[in-house]
Amino acid sequence: IQADGTEGNCVTFVLHDEDHTLGNSLRYMVMKNPDVEFCGYCITHPSESKINFRIQTRGALPAVEPFRKGLNDLMAVCQHVLSTFERSMKEYRAQR
Amino acid sequence: ACMAALRGADEMRDRVVLGEFGVRNVHTTDFPGNYPGYDDAWDQRRFEEAFRVDVIREEGDSLEFDMVGIDAAIANAFRRILLAEVPTMAVEKVFVYNNTSIVQDEILAHRLGLIPIRADPRLFEYRNQGDQEGTEIDTLQFQLKIKCSRNPQAAKESSDPDELYCNHKVYSKHMTWVPLGNQTDLFPDADFRPVHDDILIALLRPGQEIDVLMHCVKGIGKDHAKFSPVATASYRLLPDITLLKPIEDEAAETLQKCFSPGVIEIQNIKGKKVARVANARLDTFSREVFRHEGLKNLVRLARVRNHYIFSVESTGILPPDVLVSEAIKILMGKCQRFLNELDSVPME
Repeated sequence: IQADGTEGNCVTFVLHDEDHTLGNSLRYMVMKNPDVEFCGYCITHPSESKINFRIQTRGALPAVEPFRKGLNDLMAVCQHVLSTFERSMKEYRAQR
Repeated sequence: ACMAALRGADEMRDRVVLGEFGVRNVHTTDFPGNYPGYDDAWDQRRFEEAFRVDVIREEGDSLEFDMVGIDAAIANAFRRILLAEVPTMAVEKVFVYNNTSIVQDEILAHRLGLIPIRADPRLFEYRNQGDQEGTEIDTLQFQLKIKCSRNPQAAKESSDPDELYCNHKVYSKHMTWVPLGNQTDLFPDADFRPVHDDILIALLRPGQEIDVLMHCVKGIGKDHAKFSPVATASYRLLPDITLLKPIEDEAAETLQKCFSPGVIEIQNIKGKKVARVANARLDTFSREVFRHEGLKNLVRLARVRNHYIFSVESTGILPPDVLVSEAIKILMGKCQRFLNELDSVPME
């Protein structure tokens, strides 16, 4: 990760070794946060695998907070999807 | 009975509409602040209430299941991970001791790499970069040693190669596992071999032989497609067909032919034939309806935005439900990696 920006509330994170897989899903989770004014990501060059992930927040909230919250929310979503999927597979097999 | 179309804002949020020449409402717009009166901020509890997974069919290597209540970004992330980031074992280095067959060394090596190997990749580690030798925890060794000879019992005038020669077809079943180091102790009941026994690798004639040693390593599909664990993994959105006005008699018959079989059924109500949408899920949306002037405006074709019908077909290395679980764990691992970095590096 590299971050730069003048004040704390507009930050561009450079995530190495990542692409649309994490970029788009993380962007969705961060956009769902009502404190975020702008969130976007782009792939700087298709030959390099890194993304520029920018977050701008309303007011004086440091941009690292929605980033961290987005990552935690995405982890919680994955955890729930995993447990629901495994439960459904078990039910399907039991019922067959 | 026909259903009234949803209110404008609801339709934009929930449905992707297929028009005659284009698709509308493609992007997700339910972010906080876009719609007055709707609270769109992320709420884990609301997500968990609305989310469900229904397994439709599981047969051997293919799995079909529905995920309802999730967004395109996350569903696509799972699909991308299934294709490119779930690790498997495949032949990476081929040491050619003797190859007098007509198949060139590099072509033979390429073909050997693409053969799926039945070895659980979770039991192995990734090879360290720059390590040429390979240790027993990250490498599987296979040997292919076969020589073609003339069959002395063949009839004089036969021209059938199966009779004339022995071992002239090299199949994947001729690959044998050569345990390295303490692998026999680590995996006492393991039977490492290619998933399919009848993959034809090369053809030989008498006097030709192939003697190669292969090293299998763990890798991911992003590096080379041979490491991809799925034959394919795809999803589609649930179709949603609404009839805006009642459609009867001949028009009903034409309508039924416009869609895939089983989608529209014709009921007999008071002597008249009335069309009804029976099972929209079966439709493949060929948009045949738009070619009929009379029916064009009476039907609305749409897709439900957050209902994904996944279809995962594995190459046989791991069962498809294990692949999906691994893919979800890999996405969690990515998030965890960045959370750890955030916590360890102080931000100025």
